[in-house]
Amino acid sequence: MAIDTIDKTAKQIVLTVQDYSLFAHRAVMNLFRPPRYWVDFLIQCDIIGVGSTSIVLLSGFFTGGVLALQSASTLSEFGASNLTGRFVSLTMIRELGPVLTGVMVSGRNASSMASELGSMIVTEQIDAMRALGVDPMRKLVTPRIFACVSMLLFLTILADFFGILGGAFVTVFMNHQDGLQYFSTAWEALRYPDIVQGLVKPLFSGFIIASVGCFYGLRTTGGTEGVGRSTIQAVVFSSVLIIVADFLLTQILLSLLSRL
Amino acid sequence: MTAPDPATGAAPASKLPGHAAAAVEPTPAVAFQNVSIAFDGPPVLQDVTFTVGPTETRILLGPAGVGKSVLLKLTNGLLQPDHGSIRLFGEEISRMSEEALFPLRVRTGIVFQEGALFDSLTVRDNIAYQLIQQNVPDDVIDARVHEALRFVELDQTFSLFPGSLSGGMKRRVAIARALIRQPELVLYDSPTGGLDPITSTTIIELVMKQRDFYRTPSILVTHRLQDAFTLCTHRFDSELGHMVPLPKGQADPNTTFLMLEEGRLIFDGSLHEIVKTDNKFVREFLL
Repeated sequence: MAIDTIDKTAKQIVLTVQDYSLFAHRAVMNLFRPPRYWVDFLIQCDIIGVGSTSIVLLSGFFTGGVLALQSASTLSEFGASNLTGRFVSLTMIRELGPVLTGVMVSGRNASSMASELGSMIVTEQIDAMRALGVDPMRKLVTPRIFACVSMLLFLTILADFFGILGGAFVTVFMNHQDGLQYFSTAWEALRYPDIVQGLVKPLFSGFIIASVGCFYGLRTTGGTEGVGRSTIQAVVFSSVLIIVADFLLTQILLSLLSRL
Repeated sequence: MTAPDPATGAAPASKLPGHAAAAVEPTPAVAFQNVSIAFDGPPVLQDVTFTVGPTETRILLGPAGVGKSVLLKLTNGLLQPDHGSIRLFGEEISRMSEEALFPLRVRTGIVFQEGALFDSLTVRDNIAYQLIQQNVPDDVIDARVHEALRFVELDQTFSLFPGSLSGGMKRRVAIARALIRQPELVLYDSPTGGLDPITSTTIIELVMKQRDFYRTPSILVTHRLQDAFTLCTHRFDSELGHMVPLPKGQADPNTTFLMLEEGRLIFDGSLHEIVKTDNKFVREFLL
């Protein structure tokens, strides 16, 4: 009995991975064939990019502040409290900026995509769209994926910037250190490989957020309860995948960039 | 229509070589041949075979959950069968790719059970959905939407959102959306389900108007016998602007019945045949 359950679950997982791979492949390939829905792309850029700006700025600012608070006491034990700026900028740009932005945007947008598309499935709007001769993959999924990828890049840059500002705020007004020194160490520590690393990660996170959100939305079954289930799955899987992808990318990018 | 003679097993005359009728034999709008489908369980439809002629209206009867909506979705390729063949406008669609199906679907109109209107779009944008995707100019779209809304007598709803419409109004907007491009086949999925008798009659009158005015072939799913019999025993009088009964004892020859029981097609025939049938299930359903 237990073996049967394990067998069934394993097959289900393999099937889901296969379906997701085919889904993601179709969504990407649609970009290279007409029709392309540029208006929908711009609308999604507004919803994902502009709509997520406030949460990304706030989380970035306070994360930078917390980093400065936590690091200052440890660094001062080694007489290196002047390196707070370096610590904050490197951590934000390499790691926390991309990951935090990804997780925040995932919570907001993967859930909204899954619930929106899920509701369209249960009310037969997706079938109606297909019956009217419009491909939901092209009209709904591809614009969301590419809007999310492009917007996450800019949101990550904003999160990095506001994280460094948050660190500066704590350093100057709470730790009473020199602001100029904070910014000069933050600037001097940065190398191109750090920036490349910080800007490659959001491209993958953006793809994961939108593709997982749309994938679970379009697989919705079981009415309104099913919509809730899809929403939860979309947020959980996209958040976990962002962190797993971050780990793998860090490993790959560190080995690639160390050769430069 | 093209089945072998049951007595002799011979091919129908129209199919014999050199027969003049072979050249004028019209292609059915829809032809199902031994179609079966299942979803993680027992078959929903089994060995279903029927055709819809070029000006024919088929009324699909059957209790809830018998596979009527599935059959309708199979007709325009929204679902694909496990076995059998489905021909839409003469083209085999049972194994056709989604991309190849789009041009065929555009030639059909479908009215879903609950309307399936896009709730974030206005009535105008819902009805004109296909035209907007084809970048038709706005003034042309507005004119055609007004025309479609006049057909369903809802011209005042042009700029409203579906959320502010009643159930009956939503169905009528869905009918307008299905008919705006003058489809070559219309599929109605329980268009009167859950509506009051007066609104149901209005909807059936619209279906009849489309049947008698444009002669469009259609499949109408319903479990309301009253609607089915009204369609058979009335015609739309375009001069009077409403439906009128046919002379007593007459029925529309192009409106015929199909009946499903547990996924199998158990009846295919006219009004006179269905009321005289010996099939126990059909008789119980009619009572």
